[in-house]
Amino acid sequence: MTKISMTVNGKARSVDVPDNTLLVDFIRENLRLTGTHVGCDTSQCGACVVHVDGQAVKSCTMLAAAAQGAEVTTIEGVAAGKDDLHPMQTAFKENHGLQCGFCTPGMIMTATDMVKRYKEAGKTLDEHAIREELEGNICRCTGYHNIVKSIADGASKMA
Amino acid sequence: MSDQGIGARVLRKEDKRFITGKGKYTDDIIEPNQAYAAFVRSPHAHAIIKSIDSSAAEAMDGVEAVLNGQQLTGDAIGNIICGWGITSKDGSPMNMGAWSALATDKVRYVGDAVAVVIADSRAQAQAAAEAVMVDYDVLPATSNVLAAMKEGAPQIHENAPGNLIFDWEIGNKDETDAALATAHHKTTMDITNNRLSPNPMEPRSAVATFNEADDHYTLYTTSQNPHVARLVLSAFYNVAPEHKLRVIAPDVGGGFGAKIFIYPEEIVCLWASMKTNRSVKWTSSRSEAFLTDAHGRDHVSTATMGFDKDNNIVGFKINTKANLGAYMSLFSSSVPTYLYATLLSGQYNIANVYCDVQTYYTNTVPVDAYRGAGRPEAAFLVERMMETAARELGVDPGELRRQNFVTQFPHQTPVIMAYDSGDFAGNLDEAKAAADVAGFPARKAEAASRGKLRGLGYSNYIEACGIAPSAAVGSLGAGVGLWESAEVRVNPVGTIEILTGSHSHGQGHETTFAQLVSERFDLPTENIQIVHGDTDKVQFGMGTYGSRSGAVGMSAISKALDKVEAKVKKIAAHVLEASEDDIIIEGGEVKVKGTDKAMGWHEVGLSAYTAHNLPEGMEPGLKEGAFYDPTNFTFPAGCYICEVEVDPATGVTEIVQFTASDDFGTIINPMIVEGQVHGGITQGIGQALMEHAVYDDGGQLLSGSYMDYCMPRADDVPNYTVSHHSTVCPGNPLGMKGCGEAGAIGSPPAVINAITDAIGNNNLHMPATPSRVWAAIQQVSAAHAAE
Repeated sequence: MTKISMTVNGKARSVDVPDNTLLVDFIRENLRLTGTHVGCDTSQCGACVVHVDGQAVKSCTMLAAAAQGAEVTTIEGVAAGKDDLHPMQTAFKENHGLQCGFCTPGMIMTATDMVKRYKEAGKTLDEHAIREELEGNICRCTGYHNIVKSIADGASKMA
Repeated sequence: MSDQGIGARVLRKEDKRFITGKGKYTDDIIEPNQAYAAFVRSPHAHAIIKSIDSSAAEAMDGVEAVLNGQQLTGDAIGNIICGWGITSKDGSPMNMGAWSALATDKVRYVGDAVAVVIADSRAQAQAAAEAVMVDYDVLPATSNVLAAMKEGAPQIHENAPGNLIFDWEIGNKDETDAALATAHHKTTMDITNNRLSPNPMEPRSAVATFNEADDHYTLYTTSQNPHVARLVLSAFYNVAPEHKLRVIAPDVGGGFGAKIFIYPEEIVCLWASMKTNRSVKWTSSRSEAFLTDAHGRDHVSTATMGFDKDNNIVGFKINTKANLGAYMSLFSSSVPTYLYATLLSGQYNIANVYCDVQTYYTNTVPVDAYRGAGRPEAAFLVERMMETAARELGVDPGELRRQNFVTQFPHQTPVIMAYDSGDFAGNLDEAKAAADVAGFPARKAEAASRGKLRGLGYSNYIEACGIAPSAAVGSLGAGVGLWESAEVRVNPVGTIEILTGSHSHGQGHETTFAQLVSERFDLPTENIQIVHGDTDKVQFGMGTYGSRSGAVGMSAISKALDKVEAKVKKIAAHVLEASEDDIIIEGGEVKVKGTDKAMGWHEVGLSAYTAHNLPEGMEPGLKEGAFYDPTNFTFPAGCYICEVEVDPATGVTEIVQFTASDDFGTIINPMIVEGQVHGGITQGIGQALMEHAVYDDGGQLLSGSYMDYCMPRADDVPNYTVSHHSTVCPGNPLGMKGCGEAGAIGSPPAVINAITDAIGNNNLHMPATPSRVWAAIQQVSAAHAAE
């Protein structure tokens, strides 16, 4: 067992867990933040994407111990306040960017990261770039059409 | 009237919980005293179980129990059954092999469950499952129909000689043969429909709790049809009687057919909960999902279509061999028969159609309904034949279709279906205009200047949804009725709960069903709550599959609303001292037409529950239920046009344009319908270009993860141009046809027709991977070189 401490969605959290605990299991099972999902076991689907120290990470592929002391943000923590929505969350709703909702948290976490990176690099996030950036996130419901639209809209709302 | 009613693009009520991470899926649930199940699965495709040694596993940390098939059958848990009986040509019943939730004597596919470990944690259960020693006597295996039907092939079930499950036929053989014999032109093709893994993004999961004090079970499960699950678990598997079993399907992350069926894992979790007196949870890994979720399609067909000298179709004859896997899953037998061959007349006037279908066992996971279920197989076959025939006849593929379209309705096909409505030429024209087919030659020339091969392909699909009426499907072998139920509860404050037997796992019922009520009573959708997915709340229902929730589910709601409306009018007429015929409902009020006399909608609700002033003899309360059994299938149809560019150097296909014109009848929420079409087309493109569930000859699954099974990703597909050209369905009160599967049904032939047009070689099977397309291009080049 190892004592794992990190800041999750702005709150300091500390739990004793088995050494081999994955970050996604730490988040879901220990912290009971179940918005982060597990859709595969080969780091392909992206349903588990969270931000660790400001970077998008597939939490199924990182040990909780590797996030020791980190600042972690999950889908439950992206909005500014309890009753607020992040502009990207609003964009997904307004553009029908989700159906069953299972891949959605990972999509939104990937989307906000991509917008931030492109902005920092001064690059244009056009449709082609959004589609290529979504390589690590699989959706089976929407056909991506409205997810791409949502991210473009969310990017403009985040500006 | 309501601006949130029928036809409005209302944003979804359910979205907030999903975008904030507050959805409640089965794996999110943790019960007190919960243990975890891990299954011991066969690594062999076909083997005798000689012995199982659980002693090492039982001694491991946290292990509660290790249970096997002998114990399961010893507790009288019944075998898993197929619920649709098919009769062979010779009158004999189908050969259903025994399927125990945990194998007792023999395993028949890689992943067949042999034992289960129940432990305190998921990791402990998995570790102990590794330590269960199963001694197998490995048998030869067979993984595809062409091998399974050969003489001397390994025998998978004793009661299915030659691995044959049934040999079924539809249509008129002699007349079709005669028509083909006199045909002026015949087109013949060998067509395979590739095997697919459905892959809803949420893996299957179950949390079962046996409450010893009440002798009662609760099952949370990833189901598209919780009431059907309860019925089957109770009536056939003897897990518990229905009144002692509550099944809840909470938020479900996609289904696509794979979550219709009742699998071994749910049965075992319920039984293991009783054995261990703990809640038992199992959640599939994606690797397990590839091995154990029912696959889809897997047909091998030969077809011949005959034309007269004026290019009218005179006959169509098809033989299909379908792989049903190692066991017969719940609706497996209906897919390659009544859900498939009944659509082989396509959108066309064909006097003579005959199809016979042989289904076989193989040492692979069971094959059952996957988005479209039989209709994609039919559409692919018919539309590949039409395009190929047009090329052979030297005529425009759109025009060959047009001259053969059914134009008069109702239209009785030779294969059971009676098409009730449609405007096939209207869809063709709309799609051609939107796709700018006229400008295609210029685009092709421009692509050629860049070294790309550009092609265009059509697909004019028709399908059948809302399978019914119950008496008819019963006569065809269905073990269930295919009606739907609804209950409308108007609360004393006027808010409304709709209880429905349909289930939403992405379709947006919480929004569209509320829109229906909003339309009827001119109330905001926020005052309307949709309740589904819980057998303790909703009395009964058949669930969601076959695009039935609109045409059947909403029709049931509509019927219940009729009854509520009638009672509301009676109460208002009584209170306002007017005639019922003069009562209208609008703007949140119930009014007397042409006067200023009115009462608030909520006041009618309150009147019904205070019962201080009701008409003589009227029961208090405002709650009505209805069961709706349709009079016919519905027939969504449309025209899809795909345009591709192929890189001849690499064989890579890019879909540069995809245009859809669909006829779904009445549309409640165009935003949601378009989303269904986008998703369906993408699954169809996945089937056409990249997806393939592959077993090697020995029955080992080669496509067992997202590293090997190629799912469509955002950069594989284009934006879509989707439009609607609808005719009203006369068969249900709302005029709806269904939109959930059309995209997946209609798109594969459009894609393959476009690629084969581009490369000039029609010999191309799905999935049209770059290597296959490249090889097909080389085949043409070699042929040209030889000339």
